[in-house]
Amino acid sequence: MTDTHREHPNYMAIFWWLLALTILEVGVIYLPIAKTAIAILLVGMALTKAALVGLYFMHLRFERVTLSLIAITPLVICVFLVLMLTPDLTAVVHKTETTTAPAEAHH
Amino acid sequence: MSEAATLDHALEVPPAESPLTPESWGKLGMWLFLAGDAMSFGALLAGYGAMRYASGDWPNPAETLGISLTAFMTFLLICSSVTMVKALAAVQEGEQAKFVRFLSLTILGGVIFLGLQAYEWTHLIHRGLTLTGNPWGASLFGSTFFVATGFHGMHVTAGVIYLLCILVQGLRGKYGPDNATPVEIVGLYWHFVDLVWILVFTFVYLL
Repeated sequence: MTDTHREHPNYMAIFWWLLALTILEVGVIYLPIAKTAIAILLVGMALTKAALVGLYFMHLRFERVTLSLIAITPLVICVFLVLMLTPDLTAVVHKTETTTAPAEAHH
Repeated sequence: MSEAATLDHALEVPPAESPLTPESWGKLGMWLFLAGDAMSFGALLAGYGAMRYASGDWPNPAETLGISLTAFMTFLLICSSVTMVKALAAVQEGEQAKFVRFLSLTILGGVIFLGLQAYEWTHLIHRGLTLTGNPWGASLFGSTFFVATGFHGMHVTAGVIYLLCILVQGLRGKYGPDNATPVEIVGLYWHFVDLVWILVFTFVYLL
C-alpha cells in the first residue's frame, strides 16, 4: 500500500456546504419567481451538491484522471439521452394538443 | 534455481504499469459498477421527466408528497456520508475503536433512512397513491415515484448489508492502515447512494 498517512480534506466544511445547499433548495421552491428560474436554481444546487460528494467524499479530486473520466461518462450519456428524448416529447405534446378535438369528432 | 529464489525474483519484478493502471483494481471495479448504476438512475430520472412533461395533470410533488420528512432524510444521508469518511480516516490512521464507532453510526443512518422511507410509503399508500393510481391526477406520478424511490431504497438496503459485512470483518481486526481499501470501496458505494438521493430529492420531490 502506498501513502497511508495522507492528508484528509476538511470533511466538516463539505458537510456544512451540503447542509446549507439543502436548506436553500427547500427554501427556493417557495420564492415568488418564475418556475423556470426555480428549476434552474434547483438543478444547479443539486449538481453542486453531487459534485461536492463526488470530489471530496469519493475523493475524485485526489484520484487519477481515469476515475474522473469513468465518473463523468454517465453524466454525458444522460445529457445525451435527455437531448434525444426532447424532439419526441415536443412532438407528442404538440400532437395531443392539436389532434384531441378532431380525433374525438371522427369517432 | 530453488522455488524460494524464484519467488523472491518474482516479487522483485514490479508489475507492468501504465498511466491507466489504477491504484487499486477493486476501486476501479467499484467505479465501473457505479458508472453503470448511475446510468440506470439517469434513465429512471429522464423517464420521470419525459412522462411528467407529456402528462397534463401532473400534481405538484412538493405539496402532494410533503418535503419536511424527505428533507430530514436527505440530512440523514449526508450525515451518514460524513460518518463514513470519518470511519475511513480512522481505519487509515489505525484507530480501530473510532473506525467501528463511525461505521456503526453510518449503518444506523442507513437503517433510520429505510425506516422513514417505509413510513412515508405506508402513509402515501393509505392516502391512495399506488403504482397504478394517484388520487391527485396522472397515475404515472405514482408509478414513477415508487419506481425511482424504490430503486434507491433497494440500493440503501444493499448498502446497509454491505456495510454490515465490512463491520463484521472490521470487528475481527481485518482492516488497518495497510489494508483500508475495502473500507474505501464500501465508502464509494455509500457516497454514491447519498449522491443519487440528492438528485432524487431534487427531481422527484422539489422540482
